[in-house]
Amino acid sequence: MDRFTTLHAAAVPFARDNIDTDQILPARFLHMQRDEDHGACLFRDLRYAPDGSEVPDFPLNREGWRDARIILGGRNFACGSSRENAVWAVQGHGIRAVIAPSFGDIFAINAVKNGILPVVLAEDAVAALIAEAEAHPGAEIAVDLATQTVTAANGAVYHFDIDPFTRHCLLEGVDELAFTLSHQEDIAAFERRMDRSNF
Amino acid sequence: MPPEDAAPRTMFEKIWDRHRVLERPDGQVLLYVDRHLIHDGSEPAFDMLRRRGLKPRAPDRIFGVPDHYVPTDTRETAAIPDPARRFMVETLERNSAEHGFQLFGLKDEGQGIVHVIGPEQGLTQPGLLMVCPDSHTSTHGALGALAFGIGMTEVTHVLATQTLWQRKPATMRITVEGDLGAGVTAKDVILHIIATIGAAGAAGHVIEYAGSAIRGLSMEGRLTLCNMSIEAGGRAGMVTPDETTFAYLAGRPYAPKGAEWDRAVERWRALATDAGARFDREVTIDAAAIAPTVTWGNSPQDAVAADGQVPDPTQEEDAERRAAMQDTFAYMGLTPGMPVEELRIDRVFIGSCTNGRIEDLRAAAAIARGRRVAEGVTAWVVPGSAPVKRQAEAEGLDRIFTEAGFDWREAGCSMCLGTNGEIAAPGERVAATTNRNFRGRQGPGVRTHLMSPAMAAAAAVTGHITDVRRMTGG
Repeated sequence: MDRFTTLHAAAVPFARDNIDTDQILPARFLHMQRDEDHGACLFRDLRYAPDGSEVPDFPLNREGWRDARIILGGRNFACGSSRENAVWAVQGHGIRAVIAPSFGDIFAINAVKNGILPVVLAEDAVAALIAEAEAHPGAEIAVDLATQTVTAANGAVYHFDIDPFTRHCLLEGVDELAFTLSHQEDIAAFERRMDRSNF
Repeated sequence: MPPEDAAPRTMFEKIWDRHRVLERPDGQVLLYVDRHLIHDGSEPAFDMLRRRGLKPRAPDRIFGVPDHYVPTDTRETAAIPDPARRFMVETLERNSAEHGFQLFGLKDEGQGIVHVIGPEQGLTQPGLLMVCPDSHTSTHGALGALAFGIGMTEVTHVLATQTLWQRKPATMRITVEGDLGAGVTAKDVILHIIATIGAAGAAGHVIEYAGSAIRGLSMEGRLTLCNMSIEAGGRAGMVTPDETTFAYLAGRPYAPKGAEWDRAVERWRALATDAGARFDREVTIDAAAIAPTVTWGNSPQDAVAADGQVPDPTQEEDAERRAAMQDTFAYMGLTPGMPVEELRIDRVFIGSCTNGRIEDLRAAAAIARGRRVAEGVTAWVVPGSAPVKRQAEAEGLDRIFTEAGFDWREAGCSMCLGTNGEIAAPGERVAATTNRNFRGRQGPGVRTHLMSPAMAAAAAVTGHITDVRRMTGG
């Protein structure tokens, strides 16, 4: 897993509420293998016309946002399907952080397990970041996991919360499986004492 | 485990406490997984497992079934024309053979959609903790299990350790009191709930559904209800196990038998939320206020009564939301304020983990009986499982459907999300008994309206969205 420390990058706005993972990665790409280019399918049906040409006003196709590495999302961003492929599409495009007032629970869990940082900020903070991004497309903002802050292009600083263990895993680029495997004896003890008749 | 005289607990808390293996200093809890359901989209997890040199810890707790990629016109894996899709089904078969977990293969008499076969086989039981790489795993909570969808990296973790780290969600009780009106089903109840609390209304919460209208639902209705908990953002949805639950489970292949059954029922009765237990949120819904319900937009929260009108975007005061709504109107081909019954449909899809069970097919057949699918409409019935299909055929439902002009098919997820290639054409309007009306869900440019099986059958025979009460005199 890639480490996440600090990120200075353009932020692309997707202000709408309830953007679902079917938009982020349409279901017809779900059978792609992990090492295939999921990034090319990110927002496929919103980003490209049926003939494959770019939809000109779609944010990812606009100057300043083509190489954005941060998404500014609306409420309940990435709700719906549990497909981790949606995270792989975000990741494949080069996005490393998503900032939104709230997330679909499963997406946020999947994100951190792939080194993508979901940042929850208050609605007015996200609205301010979006307004600034739209006023200055391509302006860089900074996301610093160590200090748990987002710094806007205008210098405004927003603090965010994150589980300490998740933060540790992201900062070090380690996943929790190795940690759990070091507790196999606890799992075995649980299995010995649990009521077999209920399983 | 806490002592018996501890503070009153909710059903969710009792199950959560029973499955705690460890707690981290940051409050995350390692939970033991009783049943791990997987499907034909699970290969990436096995691949990650192999790359780390690991094997499944408890193959006897894994149950696999192909559903997402299977065709509904054949039961031959080799006949799947697209190699990438065939690969998904074949790898599930190979993983089962390699690791020794139970597979309900494409030709198995128990095959079906994973969330239909879990309860049907008796794998789903009260008090169990169950996970599956599919967001509609919330379905299994209908029997009083704690069940939720997980991602592929989490599947790898469960395969390797039979456990999962989770932060304890908040609790929410949704109480639906009163009698449901004529033509109103569990599907209408859950669409009404989502329209009331919103698509993120239960985010971060485990829902317990309660009240007389919920207790009065059949097991199948409860499965429909819990299935769509995720469409309200809920982590899981649950119903207290009762006589309806026990009657449903008795005699199922994996259900306890004999004296073990009696002990199990005793344990299951003790799962009910204690008197005085506190929920973080409470919502009350009046059952009498629920009509047959249909969605008009691209979020399950965009739902109105079948005899109502689509909204008027110009009435929306928030500029961003007004723009989003106008965009939805353009995609869905709607006129502001139009009656939903004026929406002509091109295709009908009856099936899915939401509404592909025998009661759903009976309800649809009751409308289809003696009628004909309208000119120009393509209507499919895809049973939720092979046992549902056999039962329907034993009752003659297949003949009712085929005589009315419906296509009677094999079990699978099919057009709910189209991963098997079964999708509608751009611009087509679909009356669907599924769970998501997201843009492009049933194919690029496709317009999906969610509704109950009876409503979908009514749309099939009239050619437009129709309040089912007009056809039943209800």
